[in-house]
Amino acid sequence: MVKFILRRLLYALITLWLIATFTFVLMKNLPGDPLGEGSEKIPKETKAMLLKQYGLDKPLWEQYLTFMNNVIHGDLGASFQFPAHTVTDIIKQAFPSSLQLGLISIAIAIVVGLSLGIIAALKHNKAGDYTAMFIAVLGVSIPSFVLGPLLSYYVGVKWGILPAGLWKGPSYKILPAIALSFGTIAILARLMRTSMLDVLNQDYIKTAKAKGLNSITIVVKHTIRNAILPVITIIGPIFVNVITGTLVVEQIFSVPGLGKHFVTSVYSNDYTMISGLTIFYSSILILVIFITDVLYGFIDPRIRLGKGGK
Amino acid sequence: MMQTTSQTTENNNKFAPVSSANLTSERIVRPSLNYWQDAWRRLKKNRLAMAGLIILVVLIVLSVVVPFISSYDYQTQDLKIKNASPSGAHWFGTDDFGRDLWTRVWWGTRISLFIGIVAALIDLIIGVIYGGISAYYGGKVDEVMQRTIEIVYSIPYLLIAILLIMVIGPGIPTIILAYSITGWVPMARLVRGQMLTLKEQEFVLASRTLGASPMRIIMRSLIPNALGIIIVQITFVVPTAIFTEAFLSFIGLGIKPPLASLGNLLSDGANYIRLYPHRLIFPTIIFSLILLSFNLLGDGLRDALDPKMRK
Repeated sequence: MVKFILRRLLYALITLWLIATFTFVLMKNLPGDPLGEGSEKIPKETKAMLLKQYGLDKPLWEQYLTFMNNVIHGDLGASFQFPAHTVTDIIKQAFPSSLQLGLISIAIAIVVGLSLGIIAALKHNKAGDYTAMFIAVLGVSIPSFVLGPLLSYYVGVKWGILPAGLWKGPSYKILPAIALSFGTIAILARLMRTSMLDVLNQDYIKTAKAKGLNSITIVVKHTIRNAILPVITIIGPIFVNVITGTLVVEQIFSVPGLGKHFVTSVYSNDYTMISGLTIFYSSILILVIFITDVLYGFIDPRIRLGKGGK
Repeated sequence: MMQTTSQTTENNNKFAPVSSANLTSERIVRPSLNYWQDAWRRLKKNRLAMAGLIILVVLIVLSVVVPFISSYDYQTQDLKIKNASPSGAHWFGTDDFGRDLWTRVWWGTRISLFIGIVAALIDLIIGVIYGGISAYYGGKVDEVMQRTIEIVYSIPYLLIAILLIMVIGPGIPTIILAYSITGWVPMARLVRGQMLTLKEQEFVLASRTLGASPMRIIMRSLIPNALGIIIVQITFVVPTAIFTEAFLSFIGLGIKPPLASLGNLLSDGANYIRLYPHRLIFPTIIFSLILLSFNLLGDGLRDALDPKMRK
């Protein structure tokens, strides 16, 4: 088990290193001059001084080492847009809203998605199954960046039920969280349905029925408990889904989170911000995937004892 | 001795050979179906999947035909009629430059489908070759290739795609490239898994005994037998690539106007939703129909092509 965890940890570190290096290489190959347009007019001495100030006069490998060293110490550089703030400051300030939005949406998705999946499996090939799966397919077909504006316009503006944007109190969080959770609901519902159907065909369910247990006990204690196990494997993809979702959903609902910062940085070519946020998001994702792997190894002995599993 | 002979004669009388002309009950009446015919029969029974297939064919035909026969093109501006609501002349209305939305939506569908299909082809080529080699050689080769996949798999592709596009600049090839960097991984995994099962089977042993080269075995024995699963995967790759384009357009890194793609139509539409809802509604309908039909068809194909699902 220790060996398993160590190997996972090694992969996680290699992936992170690759992403950071890739980011560095791309940043060095950006079109244009690092000092901005019209830099040929700057006197030579000033230019040399500026380059020195940003460490751009050193050889590439030394710049790379400095960059990696800074990244390891959590220093992601200063933002171009807001020169007074470092990227790390902006993350600290904006991340909590994003995290909150993400967690609310995941909570909604887990409740709704798993319920849909369970209903679909228990009503296999009946109306309940088709309805639940139709909702799930809709979730895949209507991405958050389409659902978001529609919700904001119809529920928020036209019918005026909930606020259409901004981030001031609990009621402001409902619409963005729904828009964000739709895709995740679909993933969860489908997986839960397949997994439930799988478990329902197992011999131990037959045994439980033969013993004369009532159907609620069978469903709750025997089926759902076993069926929920594979769901853990998709926690990683769900996080990816939610993080990329926050980029657009925050933009649509004017949520002052990290995703909105990311998108505005793309529009204003704030390269340090984008590279910093990419590294930050990647670290979260890789951490989540690492934890999921280890967790799954603990729960399911087949993975631990097999040859490392998938 | 005598007794035995008489018994034999008796037996001979009892079990007279039946003339083959009388074997009507043994005759195969129905035509035998091969794998694909069988799959098609099962697919036809799945109403949702057929609905998906029909919608998809209609969308593809419209996206090919409409740009040719429409009396407008995707870029001609007419500022007198900007943001017009749907009417007889402009079925889906017009946008802020007075361009006909009906034509632009179908141009966009065409470009989005093109991106989806090319991305799927690239995926297919890389995934099949990678998965095939990894499974066929096994051992150390497989080990190294699988570890590589695990690392690539945990890279958040949309973020990397965004970085890449910012450096290279947006455009159809960049979007396809950005998607393909990690898009091939699920396909490679799937092909490898399928091949690992297939390569243990007797017909592969037979062809190896006959001296077939590894490439020939992969191309002629393994891939055709894994084709079902590959096709199913493709029906899920195409909508993902189309989604990626739309997502990138939404954050300003997609196809640039005046060219239309479903992504930039959706993103423009979302900005104008309060004033001109028609600009979001129509692209949304077409976009969701594409994703919906691919997903329905993919689900149906998965059931139809998997012999284990036979009832």
